Amino acid sequence: MNTPALKDWPLWEVFVRSKQGLEHKHCGSLHAADAAQALHMARDVYTRRQEGVSIWVVPSASITASNPDDKGELFDPAADKIYRHPTFYEIPEEVGHM
Amino acid sequence: MSTAPNDYLLHLADNAVVLGQRDAEWCGHGPILEEDLALANVSLDLIGQARLLYQLAATRIGNGATEDTLAYFRDDTEFRNYTLVELPNHGALVGYAASDRDYATTIVRNFLYSALMVLVWDALQKSPDADLAAIAAKSLKEARYHLHHAADWVVKFGDGTEESHARAQAALDHLFPYTEEFWTPSAAEDAAIASGAATDVRTLRAAWDAIVADTLAEATLKRPDVRGYVPEGKHGRHSEHLSYLLGEMQGLARAHPGATW
Amino acid sequence: MYTQAMDIPDESGNPGGKKLSVVPPPQSEQEAAFEARIDADGRIEPQDWMPEAYRKTLVRQISQHAHSEIVGMLPEGNWISRAPSLKRKAILIAKVQDEGGHGLYLYSAAETLGTSRGDMIDGLHSGKAKYSSIFNYPTLNWADVGVIGWLVDGAAIMNQIPLCRCSYGPYARAMIRVCKEESFHQRQGYEALLVMMKGSEAQRRMVQDAVNRLWWKCLAMFGPPDADSPHSAQGMRWGIKRISNDELRQKFIDATVPQAKVLGVTLPDPDLKWNEERGHHDYGQIDWQEFWNTVEGNGPCNKERLATRVKAHKDGQWVRDAALAHAQKQRARADKEAA
Repeated sequence: MNTPALKDWPLWEVFVRSKQGLEHKHCGSLHAADAAQALHMARDVYTRRQEGVSIWVVPSASITASNPDDKGELFDPAADKIYRHPTFYEIPEEVGHM
Repeated sequence: MSTAPNDYLLHLADNAVVLGQRDAEWCGHGPILEEDLALANVSLDLIGQARLLYQLAATRIGNGATEDTLAYFRDDTEFRNYTLVELPNHGALVGYAASDRDYATTIVRNFLYSALMVLVWDALQKSPDADLAAIAAKSLKEARYHLHHAADWVVKFGDGTEESHARAQAALDHLFPYTEEFWTPSAAEDAAIASGAATDVRTLRAAWDAIVADTLAEATLKRPDVRGYVPEGKHGRHSEHLSYLLGEMQGLARAHPGATW
Repeated sequence: MYTQAMDIPDESGNPGGKKLSVVPPPQSEQEAAFEARIDADGRIEPQDWMPEAYRKTLVRQISQHAHSEIVGMLPEGNWISRAPSLKRKAILIAKVQDEGGHGLYLYSAAETLGTSRGDMIDGLHSGKAKYSSIFNYPTLNWADVGVIGWLVDGAAIMNQIPLCRCSYGPYARAMIRVCKEESFHQRQGYEALLVMMKGSEAQRRMVQDAVNRLWWKCLAMFGPPDADSPHSAQGMRWGIKRISNDELRQKFIDATVPQAKVLGVTLPDPDLKWNEERGHHDYGQIDWQEFWNTVEGNGPCNKERLATRVKAHKDGQWVRDAALAHAQKQRARADKEAA
């Protein structure tokens, strides 16, 4: 009964730009035999309600993701760099918006 | 201003509704979920086209006609669609024979039909009949997508596995003779041409041949030789299959004439 | 559309068939961190460490949900070819298609847990995985389509909204998408019924007949009473389930009674009445024997539904193979050209 792995269409991640001027945003995945088909399938699966004006598809296997175990060393060191944020700098009120 | 004859609008609408009905038979039974959704979109487009055309015809016919009286309360002999679109989603069998659906038949049919319709809608979007031109402009975008979808699959089948190649070739051999009907105008088409609202479909033949030749070449499929009987669905003389299709489609509506749904 | 079966035990996510035990006290640092995040109502993402039982429960729950969407295409699909107007035909095709889309989003969410759609589908086809029992009843007249929208999707929404806050990120995100699309299916079904109720006597009879047949099945959709629901406690603990079966059922009944009144149909339960003291409606006994019969595969349509899914998959094999073979040929040609 088992479907051999090679028999399955590969998985693709779908990114949709909802309107001109916005970034492509990840919205899900689907199976397709090749890139062109993945684009068409993405159109039929993820933009049935005019959700998009542009689509990217990427083979899921091509994505390199950061390891959650490294979260500490990757992201925590940014926490104390408060001088990177505008609120760190006090400006006299009479200067107004800056 | 020239307007297209109502019979011509009905010919276009009947094609769309009958093929929409055939494609919808796959809903829930597609070869893979993604494709189930894709074909449902094709079917929805076709039913949408049919509705616009019936609505336009109904307005012009008057007398209480609506899109639904035209779709549900005309008999098979009044339907003006090509025989091609009414054939079941499987190979050649008599009207009361049952068989499994075959995706190659569905795809090849959609390919042959949408290759024609991208040309027809393109011509009609310039029609002096402004209402028809507007429907054509909308339908053209849809037909281009349908052609893309079907041609893509024809190539995948033809240049896929031995089985898919054989199935696609068999579907082509079965369906191709029905395309002869495209090129022999009916009274309604002649009247539409005479009114100036429509283009003579015969002038589109070379372009259609080119689309078909390109795709079949890429698919390594052979265009069958065609001779003999030319189907006459658009004259109201159909195959054995249309009355079954309409019986199913119209049964409930006809059991409750005058009802609103 | 949707499943009751979120906590119906099956063999798909739990191969040994052993009852999932209650979480043991945290043993490792990883487990402690996981528990802490759950306690803080945080989200778990695919690459995060998670207990095996959490993963299996999610696979079971999400795939049951996905299967329900896919099998759920069939009862309504039964009326596409016969829809009594072109408008209703288009609405119905789009709705059945939406359900396929929901199945697809959910299979995708489950695939982030390291299972494949192929394996999940094999689980469904072999009878190991369950789907919502509501889809094992026949759709016998056109009003069934409206009643499925109104009651079945209505029951679904009750269940789905809380799942948008479920602890597993991909599932919660899929549910947000599903809810967005689903939210109007109920309105759509109810509106179709309103039109029929304003029509002929025959149309009204169809609606009442459909309500009579489906009402009790919808109540059962929420799953067994809390007392008999083996996975519920664990699911609540893990933030995979947010509100108990009985609570959701009560909410659904309270919301539906006034809708039925506006519609002009009778809900087929002589014990259904407002209880001032509780601030809720009391209702009669659900036939759980019949429910379990159906869950176990012996309802009126189980065999037809499953066999139809298996057949579509089998018949589609050559189509899927062709696409793969063509893609491989194309790649080989491109490689040759590049070389």
